This record gives sequence, structure tokens and C-alpha cells, in this order.
Amino acid sequence: MKIESSLIVNGKRVDGRKPEEIREVRMKVGLIENANGSAMVSFGKTTALAAVYGPREIYPKHLQDPEKGILRVRYMMLPFSVDERKSPGMDRRSIELSKIIRTALEPAIFLEEFPRVGIDIFVDILQADGSTRVTSINASSLALASAGVPMKDLVCACSIGKVDNVLVLDINGIEDNNCQADLSFAMMPGKDKITLIQMDGLMSKEELMKAIELGRKTCLKIYEMQKDALRRKYEEVAKE
Amino acid sequence: MVEIRPLVLPGELIDERKGRKLGNTVYEENGKVYSKVLGIPKVSDEEISVVPLAGVYMPKVNDRIIGIIDEVEVSGWFVDINSPYKAFLPLQEALTEFVDISKVDITRFFDIGDIIFARISKVTKHKIVQVSMKQIGSRKLIGGTVIKITPTKVARVIGKGGSMINLIKEKTKSQILVGQNGLIWIRGGNVRKAIEAILMIERESHIIGLTEKIAKFLEEGK
Repeated sequence: MKIESSLIVNGKRVDGRKPEEIREVRMKVGLIENANGSAMVSFGKTTALAAVYGPREIYPKHLQDPEKGILRVRYMMLPFSVDERKSPGMDRRSIELSKIIRTALEPAIFLEEFPRVGIDIFVDILQADGSTRVTSINASSLALASAGVPMKDLVCACSIGKVDNVLVLDINGIEDNNCQADLSFAMMPGKDKITLIQMDGLMSKEELMKAIELGRKTCLKIYEMQKDALRRKYEEVAKE
Repeated sequence: MVEIRPLVLPGELIDERKGRKLGNTVYEENGKVYSKVLGIPKVSDEEISVVPLAGVYMPKVNDRIIGIIDEVEVSGWFVDINSPYKAFLPLQEALTEFVDISKVDITRFFDIGDIIFARISKVTKHKIVQVSMKQIGSRKLIGGTVIKITPTKVARVIGKGGSMINLIKEKTKSQILVGQNGLIWIRGGNVRKAIEAILMIERESHIIGLTEKIAKFLEEGK
């Protein structure tokens, strides 16, 4: 949906947020009993559900690597996640996003501990309203940690956009369709290492550096939320 | 209010190394030790490690495991050990007697679906796993029920010096064998009660005062 009018009025965005404000974040760990680990993460209306299976034997067998384990990610938007029905299954965009999520997570996992086997991550978008790939990364990171996969650090991600020449955090669907640039950013906050930067559109060098700094600050906040969500799962068992 | 043990998460700092041994669930960076997994930290004067709260079974030499025969080869068996890796049980590691494989079909000893109690005898760098049955206690398990728990919680089911498992055995009068790989074999006695107790330990392994809670649970409705 293209919008001609201004997206930022009196310093407020279309959904009433300030430019450097993220939407309400909800995180829940351990929803799928069958999976080794699972998590659901929502940024406002955008909701991603991730399930981790493995480490387990992988087929077809030619994919196995005798030196290290492999990570496979399948990202998919469910048919009802958007206004107009999305035909189910993988399309060009899902394949690209699956690859991006995989490369954002790979540096954090000790894959060399699992020769000949693999870890499967399935991410489904239940509701899409912008920033689905970063929501998927956050959900996958939580699901991996809850599956007991050895990791260097949790991976946190956020999106930054340039709307009406202003840098905004955590862009939603309308902003996503009308922004001048959008940047997906993922990092391991504990190690201060960036694992993903992907940008569409145009930004000056100064703006890019500012956006990265903004992303780094936000990821630290999300890091605390992720830790909280993981701890909460075990505290809930204690309360029962 | 129930207390829980302090948890560490992946990437969280545990302690300075100071020349101590490291478990395989932690890693070192610039003299500092971080956790790889979500679990309960164990820090002593000799070693730093983390007991994970989730995860699959990774075979380790000398672990006593319960396996299920999966495939029969000419001179051995493939065993499902509840791990991403299958283990191989060679004929000479399974039997003491001489067997002429050109004349004998080895399914007469173990067939698909049989349950065995064995020891991991070899794990290579590329995780080729071999098991052996040449120790006291290794045998084919006949009858009974096998249940599966999270392998990382086996230590809690056994308890310090076997205290927890002995408690369950004593109260339910069941025969119980615990494999390090998370498979538990139970036969006789109050099987239902024993299973309930073990699953309760699995669910609440990070809670302080679990032994008392289990003891109370086993006393109830006897």
C-alpha cells in the first residue's frame, strides 16, 4: 500500500510511536512439545513462531558434512498472515529470507561439535506487519537456546528504516512499503559482533553509521528481553 | 515460594578461568569462561562446567546406555542410542562364544527391536560410535517398559551417589536401569508410580529441595 502523505507528523509515526521507539515485544519459550526447542516472538502485530529440531540425522545424505554440522532454516509466511491470501509454500522471497536467517545465526552456533548431523529450524510467520525477518531471527535464537544447542551467544535483531528523512526503529508494514531505506540488523550483543546487515534503498554514510549505532543499542534491550523470556520458562515450572 | 537454582544462558560470563579444567558446555575467551548452553553452572576449585537443561545425548566413552537394536548386519548390529548418531555393536563385542557367521544368522542373539544395556566403548572425532557388552551388567533387557527423558537430566534422576534412584526403587519395588542417554527401563513393582516420579524429576530438575518432594510423592497413595 503506497501512501502519498507524510508518515511522520509532529514527531509521531503512523502508529503513534516516537521515531526511536519499538513496538510492544512479547516473547514466549517452549510452545511446541514435539520440537527440541521452540519460541514465539511478537513485535506489535508481527508474530513469528520458530521450532528447532535436532541436532538430528539429516537426509538427503549428500548434505551431510563429516567435519561439521549443518544448519537448515525454512522461513514461511502462513496464508492468513497478510491481508490478501499468500499462496502457501516457498517462493523466491522465502528462499532468500531463509538464507538470511541462517547466515545471521550460523556464527553463533558451535556447529563443529556435530559432524554429520544437522539442525533444522522452521519459522512460520503467523501475522505479518513489517520486520518479519528480524522477528524470525529473535524467535529462532530463543528456540535454539531452549533446545540446548551450544551457542556463543544469543542473536538479537532489529530493523531500522528511513522515513521522511528520519531514522526510525522497528518499522511496521506501512512504513516498510513507503520508506526511503530499510536496514535489517542482527548481532550477538554479549560479544559485540554483528552477524547481519542488509539494506534496501538509499542512506548516506553518516545515516548508516547512526542506524548501526541505533541498532546496537536496541539489540542490547532485546537481549535482556530474550534472557528474561528464557528464565521465565523455568520459573513458571517452579511456581506450579 | 519455591526456590530455583541460578541459571546461566548461552554467552553469559561464569567466572575467570584461573587455570581450571573446563567442561564441554563452556568456552573460554581472553581468560574468561562463558556458558555455551542454558543450564545450571557448576564451579569448583578444579573445574568449571554447566549442566544443561535441554539438549540431545552426545555419546561419551564409558557411558552405560540403553539401546534399541535398529539394523542387523552380517557381523554386528546398529543400535539406536537416542542420539543423532547411531552406534555399532560388533559381534565380538556382544558375545563371548565363537560364532561362525557363514553358518549362523545372528538375529538369534539380537533381533530388531531388542533392548540392550551396554557401554560406549569408542567414539571417534567424526562421531563414529561403537558399543560393547563385555562388562558386568550388560545384557539384553527382557520385558519391562522403556521411557525417554531429556538426557541432560539423567544425573538428577540418579541423584548424588544414586540416592534418588535408590529411593524410587525402594518405594516402588521396581527394577530400574538408567541409561546415560536418557532411556530408562522399568520392570515390575509399581511401574506407574515410578514413571510418574521420574517424569516429575525431569520437569522440575532445577528446583531446590526436589528429593524431599519426590519422597513425599512416593509416600502418597501407596
